[in-house]
Amino acid sequence: MGSIADPNCVAPNSSQTTDKGLALLKYVLIGTVFGIVFVKAEIISWFRIQEMFRLQSFHMFGVIGSAIVTGIISIQLIKRLKIKSIQGEAIVIPTKEFKKGQVIGGFIFGLGWAITGACPGPLFAQIGSGYTVVLVTLVAALAGTWVYGRFEKYFPN
Amino acid sequence: MNQFIEWISQPWPWYVAGPMIGLTVPALLILGNKAFGISSSLRHICAACVPAGIPFFTYDWKKEIWNLLFVLGTAIGGFIAMNFLTNPDTIVISEATQADLKALGLTNFSDLMPLEIFNWDTAFTGKGILFFVIGGFLVGFGTRYAGGCTSGHAIMGISSLQWPSLVATIFFMVGGFFMTHVLLAPLMKLVGF
Repeated sequence: MGSIADPNCVAPNSSQTTDKGLALLKYVLIGTVFGIVFVKAEIISWFRIQEMFRLQSFHMFGVIGSAIVTGIISIQLIKRLKIKSIQGEAIVIPTKEFKKGQVIGGFIFGLGWAITGACPGPLFAQIGSGYTVVLVTLVAALAGTWVYGRFEKYFPN
Repeated sequence: MNQFIEWISQPWPWYVAGPMIGLTVPALLILGNKAFGISSSLRHICAACVPAGIPFFTYDWKKEIWNLLFVLGTAIGGFIAMNFLTNPDTIVISEATQADLKALGLTNFSDLMPLEIFNWDTAFTGKGILFFVIGGFLVGFGTRYAGGCTSGHAIMGISSLQWPSLVATIFFMVGGFFMTHVLLAPLMKLVGF
């Protein structure tokens, strides 16, 4: 594997140095804060997702919208101030190339999002918060991912 | 301290939650040069457990272990929030949504999730097949085909001003609207609501 990984990989790992041992703990911690926010802002709620798709509450639009605004400002600051990672590497933002999958796959994911009331992040938070039956959804999502990978070449892209 | 716990135990408004989620983007970039994205964890689990010689799953998943630790953290966060920062009040769901969902056959609006669906007794009935098996499959298949989910495209992709991610996000919403307004009622009827 090259350092900038294969272009199909959607969470390309741009770092040159490998985190080991305790250095890996920081990802658990960031994930933990993220999971707490998901539950406390009720983003894991099936009902909140229904409110969003029925345009009956501003909550989820506010969450996603303000997350994007915060992300845009942060990335602009990183780029303009040439901020480096704590390992001293130049920060790399992977490029997303347009594919038909973003339309077809995006639509298919949307169908599932409205049924399960969860995108992948909330799935993990739901399981952790005690809705253990969501493990079935997680296994089904893994099956969906696997089937896509297995038959990738047959799907238009 | 007790007052603090009481205060953070209230449901958090969008203008607190949204920026905190947005800050995950620079946190991962600065602390590890990692691009925010969650659905790839599903791919890494497939690569680790059932690669079956498929090129799509044959890569060094160990290099992406940070992503699996991140989702492990997300589950831990869910546990902490639910057990130690419990909201003392019942969830407030919009009246209009409650009315729409009552028309579809749901009656319990006291929890974050509709408990008549989200319990192990329904898991292997028609209801479970629709809400967990089919729904989950569409989430896993769709996100991988789209190359990302709400985090990778809607947040990370749009934050870095990449138009393909905007396209993906628009189609996430189109799919969600189509399911909610067109397919959900007949499907729920079919599984016995």
